[in-house]
Amino acid sequence: MNINATLIGQSVAFLIFVLFCMKYVWPPVITALHERQKKIADGLDAASRAARDLELAQEKAGQQLREAKAQAAEIIEQAKKRGTQIVDEAREQARVEADRVKAQAQAEIEQELNSVKDALRAQVGSLAVGGASKILGKAIDQNAHAELVNQLAAEI
Amino acid sequence: MAETTASGYIQHHLQNLTFGQLPNGGWGFAHSAAEAKEMGFWAFHVDTLGWSVALGLIFVLLFRMAAKKATSGQPGALQNFVEVLVEFVDGSVKDSFHGRSPVIAPLALTIFVWVFLMNAVDLVPVDWIPQLAILISGDHHIPFRAVSTTDPNATLGMAFSVFALIIFYSIKVKGIGGFIGELTLHPFGSKNIFVQALLIPVNFLLEFVTLIAKPISLALRLFGNMYAGELVFILIAVMFGSGLLWLSGLGVVLQWAWAVFHILIITLQAFIFMMLTIVYLSMAHEENH
Repeated sequence: MNINATLIGQSVAFLIFVLFCMKYVWPPVITALHERQKKIADGLDAASRAARDLELAQEKAGQQLREAKAQAAEIIEQAKKRGTQIVDEAREQARVEADRVKAQAQAEIEQELNSVKDALRAQVGSLAVGGASKILGKAIDQNAHAELVNQLAAEI
Repeated sequence: MAETTASGYIQHHLQNLTFGQLPNGGWGFAHSAAEAKEMGFWAFHVDTLGWSVALGLIFVLLFRMAAKKATSGQPGALQNFVEVLVEFVDGSVKDSFHGRSPVIAPLALTIFVWVFLMNAVDLVPVDWIPQLAILISGDHHIPFRAVSTTDPNATLGMAFSVFALIIFYSIKVKGIGGFIGELTLHPFGSKNIFVQALLIPVNFLLEFVTLIAKPISLALRLFGNMYAGELVFILIAVMFGSGLLWLSGLGVVLQWAWAVFHILIITLQAFIFMMLTIVYLSMAHEENH
């Protein structure tokens, strides 16, 4: 256990190791450590921000959903109203059309009736004249009694 | 065993492999304790230096390997291990030292890991490494001590380096005047200039002892603990050599128990050496405490 130059050797070795550690070991490791710390802090930050964003988005989505539902209900209501309106209109139109068709048919019938009446009247006149002439034996002058016959025919 | 008697065995275990100038003028290894003493100051304990440098190299290379691949992403196993130590040391430094210094934290890391490694050799059974040295050298009387920190040269060497740093930072932070003032104007001060002049030698004596006690206590604490621990291991090992079965059995139990306890001591002493270094250096950085 003598104190000797080992002391100096040990000091030198010690200082060299410290210098090496200081230059080549400590800085990269501590930099990596700090970087990772920052990364983790950033990651946690981002995570909390994302959670907040998610909450906001969910709220927004819910609101939009509610709005959409309300809108849909409104549209359905409108459609129903419009539907009944269309049905009413159609019914009205149909009624008018039917009236029109009915009126036309009646007018046609009337016209037909009138023409048939006229024809009948003419035929009845001539038949009456013919019959009367047959009965009186040609005594009736076609021309002299035409006015009377026509009067008769108009009376029928 | 190189020596047959117990005391011879113990003495053999406490002797360093010393390289120096032999009495005949040539350089070589000392063959006995007396011859090693004869060599004076300019001799080297080859075993102490060899083991400490080898362990220091293991430390720097291992840590350099981790530092080179250091990434802020997912760390590997080695980087994880290194980071745990670095973070632990960094935390210790930040707790006690409040300035900014690029030296103190790496210094503390080096001290902690290196001293721990040197101490840890103590857990290797006391005869293994010396027997290995005998096998390699072929010399049956070659002394060899594997635990560098049981050599006061090693601990004093480190402590004096720390001491040099203390002086360096004291002067750098406070200036030469401030440093001298700290040594001479405390703890007794006086407004009267003549009384102050009289008090300067007293102050200097007190403060100088305080200053010089730092490296000495640092070195001797580590040395004392490790030397005592090694001595207990050697004494337990003597039990195996007694030839008595029950004593050898007791030795096995004691060896195990002491080794377990020693795990605590080697870690604790490495930590204390590191912590005190940090504290001393932070004191050197503080003005007018």
